[in-house]
Amino acid sequence: MDAILLQILNGLDKGSAYALIALGLTLIFGTLGVVNFAHGALFMIGAFCAVTLSRLLSVSFVTIDETRKDFLGNPLKVETPYVEAWFGPDVGAAIIDWSVPLAILFSIPIMALVGLFMERGLIKHFYKRPHADQILVTFGLAIVLQEIIKYFYGANPIPTPAPEAFAGSFDFGALVGMDPNVIIYPYWRIVYFMFAALIVGAVFAFLQFTTFGMVVRAGMADRQTVGLLGIDIDRRFTFMFALAAVVAGLAGVMYAPINSPNYHMGMDFLVLSFVVVVVGGMGSLPGAVAAGFLLGILESFASMAQVVALFPGINQIIIYLVAIVILLTRPRGLMGRKGVMES
Amino acid sequence: MTLIRKPFSRRSILRAGAAGGIGLAAPTIFTSNAWSAGYLNEPTGSTVTLGFNVPQTGPYADEGADELRAYQLAVEHLNGGGDGGMLNTFSSKALKGNGILGKKVEFVTGDTQTKSDAARASAKSMIEKDGAIMITGGSSSGVAVAVQALCQEAGVIFMAGLTHSNDTTGKDRKANGFRHFFNSYMSGAALAPVLKNAYGNDRKAYHLTADYNWGYTTEQAVKESTEAMGWETVETVKTPLAATDFSAYITPVLQSDADVLVLNHYGGNMVNSLTNAVQFGLRDKVVNGKNFEIIVPLYSRLMAKGAGANVKGIFGSTNWHWSLTDEGSQAFVRSFGQKYGFPPSQAAHTTYVQALLYADACERAGTFNPCAVVEALEGFEFDGLGNGKTLYRAEDHQCFKDVLVVKGKENPTSEFDLLEIVEVTPAEQVTYAPDHPQFAGGALGTCNPGA
Repeated sequence: MDAILLQILNGLDKGSAYALIALGLTLIFGTLGVVNFAHGALFMIGAFCAVTLSRLLSVSFVTIDETRKDFLGNPLKVETPYVEAWFGPDVGAAIIDWSVPLAILFSIPIMALVGLFMERGLIKHFYKRPHADQILVTFGLAIVLQEIIKYFYGANPIPTPAPEAFAGSFDFGALVGMDPNVIIYPYWRIVYFMFAALIVGAVFAFLQFTTFGMVVRAGMADRQTVGLLGIDIDRRFTFMFALAAVVAGLAGVMYAPINSPNYHMGMDFLVLSFVVVVVGGMGSLPGAVAAGFLLGILESFASMAQVVALFPGINQIIIYLVAIVILLTRPRGLMGRKGVMES
Repeated sequence: MTLIRKPFSRRSILRAGAAGGIGLAAPTIFTSNAWSAGYLNEPTGSTVTLGFNVPQTGPYADEGADELRAYQLAVEHLNGGGDGGMLNTFSSKALKGNGILGKKVEFVTGDTQTKSDAARASAKSMIEKDGAIMITGGSSSGVAVAVQALCQEAGVIFMAGLTHSNDTTGKDRKANGFRHFFNSYMSGAALAPVLKNAYGNDRKAYHLTADYNWGYTTEQAVKESTEAMGWETVETVKTPLAATDFSAYITPVLQSDADVLVLNHYGGNMVNSLTNAVQFGLRDKVVNGKNFEIIVPLYSRLMAKGAGANVKGIFGSTNWHWSLTDEGSQAFVRSFGQKYGFPPSQAAHTTYVQALLYADACERAGTFNPCAVVEALEGFEFDGLGNGKTLYRAEDHQCFKDVLVVKGKENPTSEFDLLEIVEVTPAEQVTYAPDHPQFAGGALGTCNPGA
């Protein structure tokens, strides 16, 4: 029982990342009709926003410490962050320590701008082209973005820890009345899940309860009619692209402490996120979120040693198996509209 | 099928061989001087071309970049530039700083992408198009085994870079291939006594292993060496190479009664699995009345940097570390540090040494002929290149030297100061018979000069 609960918890945080990426993908597909293979790259750029802010906050000036030696036997160059010099060592260190949460604010304008440039600069030229062209161009863009990140940050993962207050883990089992020491769970993964739930809730509320959201939903249902009413639906859809980029970016920022950011992390998530979108139903926002969590949890269960012992390799194919079964029995996905993936 | 375009036809070589046989005095035919017959890519001008095949893209690109820096430094030193680095401390004095055999060293580079097929393609291109007489580099055992086989088939020497799988000098060994780097068996043999001292001989280990050749041989080596000192192996679980989140593999460890987790992972896998293990509180756990411990059999400084503070206090093994105080290591650190501004990694060290060893073997053989180079390297004993006295064993072309056991440093003073050496395991303790079961099933065959 405790093992099952633990795998559900495990699945929740992976599912949170899938759900956030799939949510963005669905927003773009639902509004602009574009299959955005560069979406994983947006997730990766978000994680590197956290890396960048952490580096910016750590920019230091150098003083020479004659009493200590560096690796060549020369006097040691001691680096003191400007932030610590300006705000005092304690406050400065705390600011650097909180660089990942602070990167949420830092990344919102950056991701919105990246999204705007991407949509206006490249993707808008492919609206009327076949899906295959859109996939090729966005996939190419993903590779370019990935190479740019690698050029500036290298190929190795860059540790980007969570604030000290959220480091380590807690006894989840004892909290819910189980035996102590049975279910240990990291703080940050709970933070990540709650953050994902908040973002999903905010996006839904925005689409559901604002006039802007209502128009966008109307546009998703019938773009032409909304346009005939004199509403500039294209501009709103561009905004939605930027919003989707921000959602993917925030998912990346908060994911940075879970696994150290590296330049190909976007690709690692992209294919799985597409499967999530297809399983959830192309164009269905609740479907994307539900499928994200469902597949995250299933993947966790499939990775249990007992399950792998029974079905070797199941951990690597479970998601695709589920996708095949769903597509064979219900081509529109779990919550998709009829017509999107079936005639 | 002819893999490599050969500059000599069989008939012309037979003719040359017959003429040479008559011309040369019969008694010298079996000495090194006899290797002057034709061979692939024989340098005829004033230069000789070496092929540096390293990962320039892909997950090990940073290690590849460090390997390339080391090769460039080696070329500089071989050609008489810079401060000479380890040329000054090398026990063999055959190299004079005027290139190799009086020919200036030039190089071409290829990108292995850490993929066997890409590595073979770039090696093939360097041999066929650029006339490289020796191929060296790589940062993966899969790549090393593939390129070694290609070099054997083509008829050039392969000086392996970073490859730790037993198979490189075990079942996949080749006459034209040589490995300076240590291997999984040596890691296990060096680690076991240190682990026994630190954690006792009554432990239960849980292995997470990267699902490919290197992972298997490392798991086997560590399992066998720790079981020999009394440890029990509770479970061995393979993890996909492409995995990024290991939490689903870490949580069952919490449920088992294991008190040690062995991470047979490298590169990004190791960074992520170790980070996950620490996040899930494994290091704070007490099982069977003992503190839970994590072990990383193969460490590299670049990897330790990726894992950040999570490596603190964790044991592992490494081929070489810049903090070694012997004269050779310090000379290399000085040269490299002054040129690039940071200390070299173990990947840089092993590739620099391999380039020097090849050049020295050519000098001692008096020719670039691969078969003469093989003869010069087989059983060659040397010192002054770090890790103390070293033997290039003739039976399997594996170097035997001291192996370092290291531990993640608790209070690093800089971003390079991440590991501390806790034990320099003497070469005798990590030496094994050439037909040891972990290395069985391979044959060197005979050298191929490619013509």
